[in-house]
Amino acid sequence: MIDMADAPMPTTSVSRMLHLYREMLLIRRFEERCNALFLQGKIPSTLHLYIGQEAVAVGVSSVLREDDYVLGTHRPHGHGLAKGVSPDAMMAELFAKVTGCCKGKGGSMHVGDMSVGAFPAIAIVGANAPIAAGSALSAKMRGTDQVTVAYFGEGGANEGAVHEAMNMAAVLRLPVIFVCENNLYGASTPVSQVVAIAQIADRAAAYGMPGVVVDGNDVIEVARVASVAIERARRGEGPTLIEAMTYRLCGHSRSDACGYRTREEEAEWREKDPLVRLAHQLTTGMQAVDKTALDEIENEVTRRIDQAVAFAEASPSPEPEDALLHVFWENT
Amino acid sequence: MPVMTIAEALREGIREEMRRDPTVYCLGEDIGVPGGFGGAFTVTLGLSDEFGHDRILDTPISEIAIAGVAIGSAMTGMRPIADVQYGDFLFCMMDQLANQAAKMTYMSGGTVKVPMVMRAPVGSTRRGSQHAQSLEAFFTHIPGLKVLAPSTAYDAKGLLKSAVRDDNPVLIFEHKLLYGSKGGRSEQGALSAAGEVPDEEYLVPIGKGIVRREGKDVTIVGKLLTVYRALGAAERLAQEGIDAEVIDPRTLVPLDKELILESVRKTGRLVVVEEDNATHGWAAEIAAFVADEAFFYLDAPIKRVSAPDTPPPFAPPMEAFYVPSVERVIEAVKSLF
Repeated sequence: MIDMADAPMPTTSVSRMLHLYREMLLIRRFEERCNALFLQGKIPSTLHLYIGQEAVAVGVSSVLREDDYVLGTHRPHGHGLAKGVSPDAMMAELFAKVTGCCKGKGGSMHVGDMSVGAFPAIAIVGANAPIAAGSALSAKMRGTDQVTVAYFGEGGANEGAVHEAMNMAAVLRLPVIFVCENNLYGASTPVSQVVAIAQIADRAAAYGMPGVVVDGNDVIEVARVASVAIERARRGEGPTLIEAMTYRLCGHSRSDACGYRTREEEAEWREKDPLVRLAHQLTTGMQAVDKTALDEIENEVTRRIDQAVAFAEASPSPEPEDALLHVFWENT
Repeated sequence: MPVMTIAEALREGIREEMRRDPTVYCLGEDIGVPGGFGGAFTVTLGLSDEFGHDRILDTPISEIAIAGVAIGSAMTGMRPIADVQYGDFLFCMMDQLANQAAKMTYMSGGTVKVPMVMRAPVGSTRRGSQHAQSLEAFFTHIPGLKVLAPSTAYDAKGLLKSAVRDDNPVLIFEHKLLYGSKGGRSEQGALSAAGEVPDEEYLVPIGKGIVRREGKDVTIVGKLLTVYRALGAAERLAQEGIDAEVIDPRTLVPLDKELILESVRKTGRLVVVEEDNATHGWAAEIAAFVADEAFFYLDAPIKRVSAPDTPPPFAPPMEAFYVPSVERVIEAVKSLF
């Protein structure tokens, strides 16, 4: 475990907290809009929504640079938006439009934009971890101090690919941060059924890297822990495993009614909703902001998403024969 | 002109590309350990002396991570040359190759490229079922991968250099009996595929096959070891008055179809030889497109000479039965006349 006494005190200026709130709210409202658009039949793909987990991606990305990399999962909208993927291009991709960030070739599970450091999301569970190690090796070989973040769930932690990636990263002291989003369920299967230890982060010791558990619904805490790991990686001291405890405040995918968990458990976690918590922090105490500041952010986010939806709706669909393009790079 | 084995030619190709481009590096198991092997078949032997252990990177025995690291580094500015000790181990990294490397450019809408090379030895060489398979066909079935199969030293170097410069994932299959590896890493029953390799720089273009022997009566298509089986058969058939043309596609994806079609239009007969299981295989695909595009030029059925639909066996007599022999090629050709 990282000795958190060494961690810098979080910078919790009001303006920074408002920025984090805006980033998290953008993801929340984006996902809610996606859900509604799916129900209206406007989004043709399945959706794995990030509702409830926003503090993880936003907290981590808030302490990354633009030239750092993240690799998302099959639940990637939050990972991508937090790293700077345009909501327009992401929404257009979900609408299967040619203006999408993958030109309609990827869909929900592959959104990304390398120009802002977001790899195309990898929808094979755990498979992004070795690729993240490669990105980290590349930074080291090219002599930059870029870091790479790989997200996966507590379910993904059991994939062999994650094991191989963590060991390789530790042996080569690669600047990569493994962020395990433990949302307690791999699809419908509870974590207690797939892991025989208390915390995924405990595994870090076996690879010779620091492991730390963080409240994944506290964006300030996530940012603080992530910044320790990131600075460590930038100094050439190798990888860190962060386990962020969080909860999906929605189904696994669009067809999931969550019959495998109780309404009581969901209610408990709703009280720990990362947005509600940050709003509370912002509106109470010495430096409390007026609630109208949050309303302004709400309005701004709504306008931003309206704009993304309008862009997606107005965009053309790909031609059927476009399916033949991009198999190889020279075709592009 | 110096004469080199395939192992030496690959080594010189890697050396030239690493000197030319600082983003080129090698990764794999046992490739640069001091006092080690230089890879399972000596291809990287000595390269760490010139390039150091950061660029001749020894990894844990972690095939998934080797492939993933190659992909991730290729997507962010490097040009990795990865290898596996035996082609059979590609199955360990199958997700990374089939779902990640092959699809990354496509599913990103052509916004990212994966300029990586994966080298893999194939061929049945008295090691039993798990160090023997000829896996090329598996990978030819995955859109997004280029697949090379050099059978001479000249082609091995020229194709490797082209592969390193290609912006796509490229798999290079190398046959264990053709490497010409020396010392403790030499192979029983190896053929000499050594040949002249120019001192000056050259590339062999990806996607261009070659006629290894001209003939007018029958076309025999082979790859890797079976090119030599086909050439051996052609020499003996010539003594019996059958003039066989032997084609080595060199690149399996993209395939030089026109070279094969042109030959079949001339000879009217086709035999395809492969060291792989027949069912749904590479030879079947060659037969299918020739039937599709040159049916009316054919004077006889298309014949396949393949390994039987079994895993590769160990015992030398069984292995000799499994791998297509010169005799089986001759028999197949004669059945067409």
